[in-house]
Amino acid sequence: MSEAVIHSEHDDHHDHKPTGIGRWLFSTNHKDIGTMYLVFSLIMFFIGGAMAMIIRLELFQPGLQFVDPLFFNSMTTVHALVMIFGAVMPAGVGLANWLIPMMIGAPDMALPRMNNMSFWILPFAFTLLLSTLFMPGGAPNGGWTMYPPLTLQLGTAFPFLIFAVHFLGISSIMGAINIIATVFNMRAPGMTFMKLPLFVWTWIITAFLLIASLPVLAGAVTMLLTDKFFGTSFFDAAGGGDPVMFQHIFWFFGHPEVYILILPAFGIVSQIIPTFARKPLFGYDSMVYATASIAFLSFFVWAHHMFTVGMPLAGELFFMYATMSIAVPTGVKIFNWVATMWKGSMTFETPMLFSIAFVILFSIGGFSGLMLAITPVDFQYHDTYFVVAHFHYVLVTGAVFALFAGVYFWIPKWTGHMYDEKLGQIHFWISVISVNVLFFPQHFLGLAGMPRRIPDYSLQFAEFNMVSSIGGFVFGLSQLLFVYIVIKCIRGGTRASDQVWEGAHGLEWTLPSPPPFHSFTTPPKVTDATAHS
Amino acid sequence: MFFKKLRDCLGGIAATFMLLLWSGSASAEWGLNMRPGVTPISNEVYDLHMLILWIVTIIGIIVFGVMFWSIIHHRKSKGAVPAQFHHSTIAEISWTIIPILILVGMAIPSTHLLVKMEETGDADITVKITGYQWKWKYDYMNEGVSFYSVLDEKSNEARQRGSNIDPKSVEHYLQNVDEPIVLPVNKKIRLLTTGGDVIHSWWLPDLGWKRDAIPGFINDNWAVIEKVGTYRGQCAELCGKDHGFMPIVLKAVSEEDYVAWVEKKKQQQAAAAASSDKEFSMEELMANGEGVFSKNCAVCHMANGQGVPGTFPALAGSPVATTAEGLPDHIDRLLHGKNLMPAFGEQLSDADIAAVITYERNAWGNDTGDIVQPRDIKAAR
Repeated sequence: MSEAVIHSEHDDHHDHKPTGIGRWLFSTNHKDIGTMYLVFSLIMFFIGGAMAMIIRLELFQPGLQFVDPLFFNSMTTVHALVMIFGAVMPAGVGLANWLIPMMIGAPDMALPRMNNMSFWILPFAFTLLLSTLFMPGGAPNGGWTMYPPLTLQLGTAFPFLIFAVHFLGISSIMGAINIIATVFNMRAPGMTFMKLPLFVWTWIITAFLLIASLPVLAGAVTMLLTDKFFGTSFFDAAGGGDPVMFQHIFWFFGHPEVYILILPAFGIVSQIIPTFARKPLFGYDSMVYATASIAFLSFFVWAHHMFTVGMPLAGELFFMYATMSIAVPTGVKIFNWVATMWKGSMTFETPMLFSIAFVILFSIGGFSGLMLAITPVDFQYHDTYFVVAHFHYVLVTGAVFALFAGVYFWIPKWTGHMYDEKLGQIHFWISVISVNVLFFPQHFLGLAGMPRRIPDYSLQFAEFNMVSSIGGFVFGLSQLLFVYIVIKCIRGGTRASDQVWEGAHGLEWTLPSPPPFHSFTTPPKVTDATAHS
Repeated sequence: MFFKKLRDCLGGIAATFMLLLWSGSASAEWGLNMRPGVTPISNEVYDLHMLILWIVTIIGIIVFGVMFWSIIHHRKSKGAVPAQFHHSTIAEISWTIIPILILVGMAIPSTHLLVKMEETGDADITVKITGYQWKWKYDYMNEGVSFYSVLDEKSNEARQRGSNIDPKSVEHYLQNVDEPIVLPVNKKIRLLTTGGDVIHSWWLPDLGWKRDAIPGFINDNWAVIEKVGTYRGQCAELCGKDHGFMPIVLKAVSEEDYVAWVEKKKQQQAAAAASSDKEFSMEELMANGEGVFSKNCAVCHMANGQGVPGTFPALAGSPVATTAEGLPDHIDRLLHGKNLMPAFGEQLSDADIAAVITYERNAWGNDTGDIVQPRDIKAAR
């Protein structure tokens, strides 16, 4: 241990970084790996976004103009897989890599080589997945949920899909183990659990969700694999199996997964709102307990994704009540954010704008979520555009907006330069308006009877689809502005101070901007002032 | 500046919510809300939907209202000095307890309605609905009537990519079928759903529910339709290439009309059964075969017989459809299916299968000159 400390001091003294491609290929540094995760997720965000553009283009007007139905189904399927596993999850892990060591006063992550491997699995996994686009029979087109028997009809792409999912799972589990090991072992003296910044707390809970749920997914897709190639019939009724069992297993993973996507976003917003309200986070303890209860409850609500498969009444009632109960801790979080703003002294820089939009728009997604929890009306909403609108509100204006907020918040710390505030605000306003034009009309479409995952529709859905597509094109294009702002900030700009933001509290703001290659080589002293705000 | 922007934003959100709620009088084209439907259950579903929508809207207005009040007044540019409080036990307990009470208030009517929806007993008529890629089969369990229902010809032509047919010129584009399910009004109808290949979901919004059609399992549901009329819906569970093209049309008729319809269907079925002993000419077989092909086969093998490379094999020039040794295989595949190919043995009559095989062996340059008669199919079954 002492040897390691001396060694890292040595590095820090000369601040020498490995150079060339080797710096990235063999990196064990949490900042470099964090950067790679973030860049990777941005690339995936644009690949998945391009697919969304194809979807919105085909749906711009009734009739089939641009793509064939099977390719359309591939687009919806691969868009979801890329956005969930390629964009949102890696972005969260990238932020965790960059920030957790700096927030808890550690020099690096606990398991740096595993960190390297968990990142470098991702490009291979997505090469497997995206190569299927060029295969005979096309890319996976049975939905990202991979329901049998439909998914078993897939041709050459099938084993590629299964192994890509396996790899993604392995990568995420390694990342999760690393985060847990880091937070449990490498906190600076005095950094007790109840002093941890909320971003760290939400990530610990997310990491446990990952470890508990991803092996279940791996099991489910392995059973698909043996059904297809080795003559088992886990999901084939003709052989004594049950296609609905797959849905139960899949959603036992799938529901915790949605909290894996959103909990780090909760953490980001809980860091940003107190900073720009210049006021401590309201109800820190209840925030931690609420996050933990949401995570716990997420294992008991999976069947609300499949109310229409025909469950016994008792099952439908149980899953309805359990799902509704999640509204309670989620409400506590919303109220706490509002109470944090209350009687603060607020300014509205880009991170704060994205965070406020997050609170409002995520709540709208929460409201439609509550409506979907009510089983008898869910029989109408299920598998319609109402559901599409719901999960895009929680995932785009929820998770993705929080990620934008986080990047704007911490990028001055990472690069040592302030981003262009004016452009940031333009990015925010275009995004927030266009994203609502994109997704709000989808509520109406769903209620009026438009099912999801269809490439063409009857005429009564034409108007709102056109509105939605226009919103989609504007939202998609405006994200190029984000790339420009980030590149501009990396290349230069006003020098950022160490604290960056007037109201910022926490250990990461005590380091220079940009921070040294190895964050804390001597453990910092944690006082109430340097702990969470 | 911010104040104005935020006020505009709030105004926009409020306007959108108002738009959502202003629903009853909205025109069909800009349909904003769920329809109340035509059964007692669907009306209750609609009422519950509106109740929950109002509750969340009011909660939203209160929470966002407080937040925007704070955003407007507690800003640094107005000289606000930050307070330093960071918890309040009373506030935290109250905003845990109050939501729980609201949720219990929502759960009570939801539970009542759900229990009612599951009471499927004592039905007057039972229809079994089977989802296939990509059509529906309706079996009237007591009447002995059964038939398939597929997308109507006009929609099917217009929906092909590059058809150059304006969807607006097609009546009920993608929401019309060749043969609708016919049911009497004011009778309790039990609707069983199951799947023939993959999972489908049978959804008529005007009945107030949808139910998955799962291979190997049978789900049940019920409806009492109160109004004569034609109701339209479509498959709601992704079921492959033509998931978007398997509509559902239900005609609700008076009881007398229903009885007459059942009689007519029975006669049609008897006539079809008799046709398997007949002998047809090449022209008759080709003409009928083309129709059967475009209705049942063209979705995968395409109208030009070229298939979809990598997924659905071409028939033009394929050994099975062009060689004498391939003929038994050809008949076998039609009757029993293979891989993705469904078994048409129980879906089509001997006459139709004979016609379509004759057609496939003589169209698109296959030109074998083979004539297959219904008795050949009967013998191969």
